Amino acid sequence: MAVQTGDDSKPELVICEHCDSVYQRSPLPAGAVARCLQCGAELYRNRRVDLDTMLALTVTSMIVMAIANAYPVVWMDLGGQSRSVTLWGAVLSSYDAGVGLVAVVSAACIFLMPLLQIAVLIYVLVPLRAGRVPQYFASAMHALRRMQPWSMVEVFLLGILVSAVKLAADAAISPGIGLWGFALLTYLLTLITSYDLHELWDLAAEEQS
Amino acid sequence: MRCRRCGTSIHRRKPESIARTWAFLIAAAILYLPANLLPIMLTSTLLEQRSDTILSGVAALWRDGAWDIAIIVFVASVVVPILKIGVIALLLWSVQSGARWRRSERTRLYRIVEFVGHWSMLDVFVVALLVGLVHFRSFADVQPGPGAVAFAAVVVLTMLASMSFDPRLIWDVPAKNLPPAPKS
Ligand SMILES: [Zn+2]
Repeated sequence: MAVQTGDDSKPELVICEHCDSVYQRSPLPAGAVARCLQCGAELYRNRRVDLDTMLALTVTSMIVMAIANAYPVVWMDLGGQSRSVTLWGAVLSSYDAGVGLVAVVSAACIFLMPLLQIAVLIYVLVPLRAGRVPQYFASAMHALRRMQPWSMVEVFLLGILVSAVKLAADAAISPGIGLWGFALLTYLLTLITSYDLHELWDLAAEEQS
Repeated sequence: MRCRRCGTSIHRRKPESIARTWAFLIAAAILYLPANLLPIMLTSTLLEQRSDTILSGVAALWRDGAWDIAIIVFVASVVVPILKIGVIALLLWSVQSGARWRRSERTRLYRIVEFVGHWSMLDVFVVALLVGLVHFRSFADVQPGPGAVAFAAVVVLTMLASMSFDPRLIWDVPAKNLPPAPKS
């Protein structure tokens, strides 16, 4: 949380979200993270948002996401038969097998949330880069924050590994293109979420004044 | 009152934090039993019919020699949910009893359970993948079990519980001795 004092676009005070301590913002060396002295929570980072890089990463994620979803993540050979599974194959099979919650949670956490995150970021970044603040900017930023904990691409990646190991004793398992897609997507999303979204609020405030 | 910058209403603490967190936590604790006792996966092959719970799945990995993966699954599916339910219950109890001890550590504990919580979804995704992959007409078939649904619900509920908890409540009881003034 940041407290606005005066008309400056950059807030001067920072309040710790975990213990309510109040701090005066001071400049940090590049890449550094300011932490609360009382409880150790992260206050802010000096990772200057470079809109071009961030937008490039976001658009790349969108493409990688399409590939990861379209292609099988694992191939399995058993007794001369070969089968593969995509994320959607797994979701639909679970649904048909009567475990709707498993299907819904998988679709939401591996597909819907990451997709919305990427789409909302593009919606925010494109106008900001052109020097405009998009309509519904505040709602979009709130949505980004809400969606973050439910986005679980990295857990799915580990899930693919565990499934492969479980089957490896009885069948021949080989990775599919979708697996590499999810691996790359995990990496890209980690890069994107390492940016401090508060910087976007600052940028938007600069544009509006 | 609303924030001048982002327009959300400002409240001192998350509204009804303690009641909501207890509600999610108790629901999670109740569902934790069927999640662990009921099978999450039913495997049928030419040779055998097997039903696996979360723990027997871990044991099977261990027997097959994949002890590293067995440990990862054990931590994500067994340790993390128990730890999360236990830690949140401890935090709620300490806040309600007006505890003054180890605030900084308790806040850190909260951040840890919030950070690791979503990894418990691992087994849910494994079930979905295996159900989608293993359909070999006569040789082998994998069907999901009711435990998988209960377990997915437990993970969602514990996530909602940690999101509803407000760590600032830990700091609300005034210290007997004045705390060190926050430095600028
Ligand atoms: Zn703090």
